[in-house]
Amino acid sequence: MAILFFVIFIILTLGITYWAAKKTKTTSEFYAAGRSVTGFQNGLALAGDYMSAASFLGIAGMVALNGYDGMIYATGWLVGWPALMFLIAEPLRNLGKYTFADVVAFRLKQKPIRVAAAIGSILTVLPYTIAQMVGSGNLIKLMFNIPYETAEIIVGVVMLIYVLFGGMLATTWVQIIKACLLLGGVTLLTLLALSKFGFNPATLYAEVQKMYGSKMLEPGGLVTNPLDAFSLGLALMLGLLGLPHILMRFYTVPDAKEARKSVIYATSFIGYFYIIIPLVGFSASVLLTKNGVTGKEFISSVDKGGNMAALLLAQELAGAPFMGFIAAVAFATILAVVAGLTLAAASTMAHDIYVNVIKHGHADEKEQVKVARTATVIFGVVAIALGILFKGQNVAFMVGLAFAIAASGNFPALLLSILWKKFSTAGAVASIIIGALTATILIILSPTVWVDLFHAKEKSVVMKEISDLEAKVKPQIEALKKQISIAEPSAKPILEAQTKALEDNFNLQKKEIMAKMPKAIFPLKNPAVFSLAISFIAGWLFSILAPDKEAEKKFEEEKLRTYLGVGAE
Amino acid sequence: MAKSVHEIVSSEKFKKLVSKRWAVSFFLTFLLFVIYYGYIGMIGYAKDVLKFKIGEAINIGIILGVGVIIGSWFLTVLYVFWANNSYDKTVQELKKELK
Repeated sequence: MAILFFVIFIILTLGITYWAAKKTKTTSEFYAAGRSVTGFQNGLALAGDYMSAASFLGIAGMVALNGYDGMIYATGWLVGWPALMFLIAEPLRNLGKYTFADVVAFRLKQKPIRVAAAIGSILTVLPYTIAQMVGSGNLIKLMFNIPYETAEIIVGVVMLIYVLFGGMLATTWVQIIKACLLLGGVTLLTLLALSKFGFNPATLYAEVQKMYGSKMLEPGGLVTNPLDAFSLGLALMLGLLGLPHILMRFYTVPDAKEARKSVIYATSFIGYFYIIIPLVGFSASVLLTKNGVTGKEFISSVDKGGNMAALLLAQELAGAPFMGFIAAVAFATILAVVAGLTLAAASTMAHDIYVNVIKHGHADEKEQVKVARTATVIFGVVAIALGILFKGQNVAFMVGLAFAIAASGNFPALLLSILWKKFSTAGAVASIIIGALTATILIILSPTVWVDLFHAKEKSVVMKEISDLEAKVKPQIEALKKQISIAEPSAKPILEAQTKALEDNFNLQKKEIMAKMPKAIFPLKNPAVFSLAISFIAGWLFSILAPDKEAEKKFEEEKLRTYLGVGAE
Repeated sequence: MAKSVHEIVSSEKFKKLVSKRWAVSFFLTFLLFVIYYGYIGMIGYAKDVLKFKIGEAINIGIILGVGVIIGSWFLTVLYVFWANNSYDKTVQELKKELK
């Protein structure tokens, strides 16, 4: 059933690609849809580009299994959009042509900036793409029972067709359609779910509490280290302002005012999405409880990460057809996001590197479009290859990595080039390279990679020791507690003392074992708070050490374009 | 009388436009930080406040979680309102002077 919906979607979008292909002859059309997109359409497209399947299925699953912690995670995904509006959106549109590197390189020396920005872009897009490709392979295997490698190839080829032939125009409309389907589908899912609770969320929460206790509705283990949580929040919020595939969308609208409108529409759609997703998650945990198996147990038995929660709920509420529809929407989501990423990578390779560096800015329209298309194919093939290479790996950390690099490498340079007169070429290159490198290195040294990935064996040995110890001691403690409950008052103190001794001993032994746990060299899971600071400092330091007099002179005149939009392309 | 690029950019009106724009932006960004990181801070340091129940099951945590999203969104509404009315008007006036 899902196959049917999904084939309909593919046919529809390929039709759009055909229409778009006829209109896509120039660079302006390939990269920026001929600047023909309205604020509202772009708002939908931005939302479509941003709301990934991982977000939808992942957060629904997280809420279904971990309750409130999933909600905390959901809020972080929205907060970048206001920041984007306040700090970047309009100047970005006014100063650039097709990519954010245009903005950073506006006053500064083209070549070094283009190369640095390209590195920053690729370093951001690559892990993001790997995470999407691996995630999509797993999802498709789970939903449609297609072998992983086949799924990767299907995803790669279809999205290549969108981008190669239809460029930004096709990609935009695919995003718009996908956004409508996703928002519509999830709304329907939410309404159907809430109907079981009298359309009253309060009733839903009461049921959750009844089944799983108040803990499900309270913050749990997600935010243990406030600095880490702050760092993650920074990465999510400011990383958005450095994501190449999001930033390049701003060039599809005619002017800064439409750019502004895009963001408010996008923020509204995305905010709505992240408010209703937790309702889906909670509903799944309650409504999927059957035959003595709780919803939570059932969901995690199908997939440990909970990624099937939304789909199983759809099936429960309206049978296989609805599940098929939601599965097709998830698949459409995957395709759309990967297409957007590919276009971003291609534009960096073609517009930034080939045209502006290799060809010193001199290449005619036809050549530029041809190079852009070649770059698209190259990246598409690379994406498929990487997806297959990383099969089975836990790539969740890669999205965090992408955001951290975007926040530390791309964002500071972008902001400083708009705001600071004395920002020099050296400063820009330094902040991008040092920011991106710091983020990457610190993540490699962080618990998620250093411990969970590189020292996974040692970690599991330690974890096993602990669980063995627990298996031995916990029953003893339980037995003692039982004795205490039926003992005579005079006998209680001795029993309680025994219990306490056992517990203290257990904790001591556990501590000793934990000391053997492999430790990460860098303690935080997310390095943003450090790498961001280092990037700004590098940008400032190198601008002071190696000033750019030419760039300083241009700053005042540039303001006319930045703030009034005069001369914007 | 058409002014030159240099005249416009160094005019009081333009300078005020730029500084107002960043004052509004940074203030709203500051509010955004307060809303979101305040929320994160509460989760780290004031869990008991979040666990406080209003009604049968809904607690302050749930209300704030949704509130952060709505509040952040509302800040963008404020910005758009200011930009569409105050900022754009001045931009149009300055553009006319340029012609």
